[in-house]
Amino acid sequence: MVTKVSNANKLLLKVNNLSVSFDTTEGSFDAVKAVNFELKKGETLAIIGESGSGKSVTASVIMGILTCPPGKIKSGEVLLNDIDILKLSDSDRRKLMGSKVAIIFQDTLSHLNPVFSVGSQIAECFEVHKNLSKKESWKRAVKLLERVRIPNPSKRAKDFSHQFSGGQRQRVMIAMALALEPDIIIADEPTTALDVTIQAKILELLGELRDERNMGLILITHDLAIAAEISDKVIVLNEGKIVEKGITKEVFINPNHGYTRQLMDSIPGKITKQKKKISKKFSDPILEIKNISKFYDTIACDDVSFNLFPNEVLGIVGESGSGKTTISNLILRLASPSNGEILYHGKNILNFNKKDLFNFRRKVQVVFQDPYASLNPTMNIFDIISEPLVIHADFLNKKLHQSKVSDLLISVGLHPDDAIKFPHQFSGGQRQRIAIARALALNPEIIICDEAVSALDVSIQAQIIKLLLNLRNKFSLSYIFIAHDLPVVRDLADRVIVMKSGKIIEQGVVDDVFNFPKEKYTKDLLKASPSIENLIS
Amino acid sequence: MRQYLSKRIFSSILAITGLFVMVFFLARLTGDPGHLYLPIDAPLEVRKEFSEKHGFNDPIYIQFGKFLGDLTDGNLGYSLRKERPAIDIVLEAIPVTLSLAAVAMTIALVGAILIGSLAAYRPNGIFDRISRVVSLTAASAPDFWVAITAILIFSVSLGWLPTSGIGGVPYWIMPIGILVIRPLGLLVQVVRGSMITALSSDFVKTARAKGVKEKAVIFKHALRNGLLPVITVAGDQAAAIANGAVIVETIFGWPGIGKLMIDSIMQRDFAVVQASILITAIVILSINIIIDIAYAVLDPRIRHK
Repeated sequence: MVTKVSNANKLLLKVNNLSVSFDTTEGSFDAVKAVNFELKKGETLAIIGESGSGKSVTASVIMGILTCPPGKIKSGEVLLNDIDILKLSDSDRRKLMGSKVAIIFQDTLSHLNPVFSVGSQIAECFEVHKNLSKKESWKRAVKLLERVRIPNPSKRAKDFSHQFSGGQRQRVMIAMALALEPDIIIADEPTTALDVTIQAKILELLGELRDERNMGLILITHDLAIAAEISDKVIVLNEGKIVEKGITKEVFINPNHGYTRQLMDSIPGKITKQKKKISKKFSDPILEIKNISKFYDTIACDDVSFNLFPNEVLGIVGESGSGKTTISNLILRLASPSNGEILYHGKNILNFNKKDLFNFRRKVQVVFQDPYASLNPTMNIFDIISEPLVIHADFLNKKLHQSKVSDLLISVGLHPDDAIKFPHQFSGGQRQRIAIARALALNPEIIICDEAVSALDVSIQAQIIKLLLNLRNKFSLSYIFIAHDLPVVRDLADRVIVMKSGKIIEQGVVDDVFNFPKEKYTKDLLKASPSIENLIS
Repeated sequence: MRQYLSKRIFSSILAITGLFVMVFFLARLTGDPGHLYLPIDAPLEVRKEFSEKHGFNDPIYIQFGKFLGDLTDGNLGYSLRKERPAIDIVLEAIPVTLSLAAVAMTIALVGAILIGSLAAYRPNGIFDRISRVVSLTAASAPDFWVAITAILIFSVSLGWLPTSGIGGVPYWIMPIGILVIRPLGLLVQVVRGSMITALSSDFVKTARAKGVKEKAVIFKHALRNGLLPVITVAGDQAAAIANGAVIVETIFGWPGIGKLMIDSIMQRDFAVVQASILITAIVILSINIIIDIAYAVLDPRIRHK
């Protein structure tokens, strides 16, 4: 992709010795510690780090939107064209925000105001900074929407954020940032919630605009592959400190700091040969999906057939709306298919009576994507994990629940004492471990993981994948692993199904599909998925 | 949206009908109007004649049938006391109450938005703390007591304001003041809460990052979002003001619908009771429908459902 060495060497931004702390009830906590970096015209700087590393806090300081208190800038300078914006009055600083430096946020649905049309939100930039008339501002907003390739811009400008897709909303956000032709654009995880093909297009657009206007671009990301694809320089943040900085290529080829190496090792898609012997075919399938379809207002899932064998990991990949989650819902009997049958050990689950279904549910469990939403915040961990045991009361004597929960916590790498804690006391990765422990409680045969690692940092993601593989061997589980992230599936799955618009496009053994994709769509998906191999090789 | 509204209007008509039937029968449980209208020593024949004339001797279902028959002709009955069509009396009284309620509600809403937003801008700041105490006090003040105390202070002791009656601005001050207190206190708290949420939303960050001035951040970006829950409570309060009017109008001798209702119930003037409740119910249900429309106007996500 377009990695470009800067031509005009004009310095746009210099951050000197920036330290930021937060006052919490447990005392002061340093979020950013003596951070230094600079950005030149036409250059792209990637700031890499996991959640809590201080990367977004740094961006908030540059944008003047850090909430103080609880935030506090302890020391440092932020020189924007040689002016220290930290020393400016609010009204002087406000004049630079949006006009000299602009930001693109991650979660566009919450960052765009839901009650104003997108056109008026873009037009506001001109009204605020240039005192242009409403009409003229609107005209320019429409032009910007056209520039970021929103189809039918004059009509779409009147629409509201909820009427756009995630990728389009990100384009709207970019248009807004671009409005006043700033010198610098900060992109804070601009593609995290998007499908790979859309992600590739957004990154391409950002690179293109940077070159067109010779802007400086700061890309904040947890995804090393994205940094590798688009940036010239990179800094790696860990716990508020810069642990490594340098030319992107050099850092990735020859990482100096242990943390950077650890991050590189966590990148999915590298566990190759050592893993799995495929146990299929030797036995009958546990689950046979035969020609199932599901129609809502649209076709969610169309004539899908596949088998799941004992002790197998089956990956299902595809973009949003491809029907992955519909399949999971159908197998869980949370929805009934419009056509087709689902056989569990040869018996059609659609004909199950109440009792059969109850027993079937015991054997099929699920782990969801968002560990913050999938655990009840008012229940402690013991209650959460033992709830399946309470519901299936005949499964285990009540006196043994305590020891069962302890065993489960140990097998997912937590401590038995954690049982008395509540979900908010755990990190995202730990919560996902709790969700896995809950899924294991009834000794299931099948666990459906619906984007179960998508919300986690790479290093945590790597740990959870390892855990899932260990548990599979220990409890002879089969997984249906639904994901939009291809490298993760490559690490974990034995076989993979590629879905698009409700149909299976391609299926086969993971290495075959990934190394020798037959269908164009699979090839496109693989191509769009960023990787650092391109940079290094 | 249109379909939703027509559904709402239909269910409102059902509600009014139910209410109406209930009022008709309940009013007749209060006793024989003859006892109030005729002298204590009126002879039996006179009483009989009075009941005969006004149809009070008929079985209640026949009375109801007659009443329904009149209703289809648009006739809501005659006032016993004033010997005029009940609807005329009600229509004279309702503008008085509506103007009182409209002024009170406007003051309460505007005041609450200003105070609540400023309090939310710096939660736990000095302004927020003061407004929290004051608004809680206001929201829990019993209005009849405040009204009587206010008369005692401002009319009797200080002599600044008239004790009762209708007239120029001085006559309005106390009734409006009393009507405003409770909704204002309650609304300040609602506005504060929803504005704290709105001001900590991500889109407020976006607005600030665009360089939008703080005034516009609060009163444009945050307020449009923060208003949604406020409207629900405000509508509820607007309906409550109709109740509050009964007390305030009685205490201050305002010839509004509240006083009319109390008087006609006391006098067993059934037709007027029915007419005033019907009109009040229509007003309150209209307010509810207006709120639904306001919701859709303010929030495009509701409009597009």
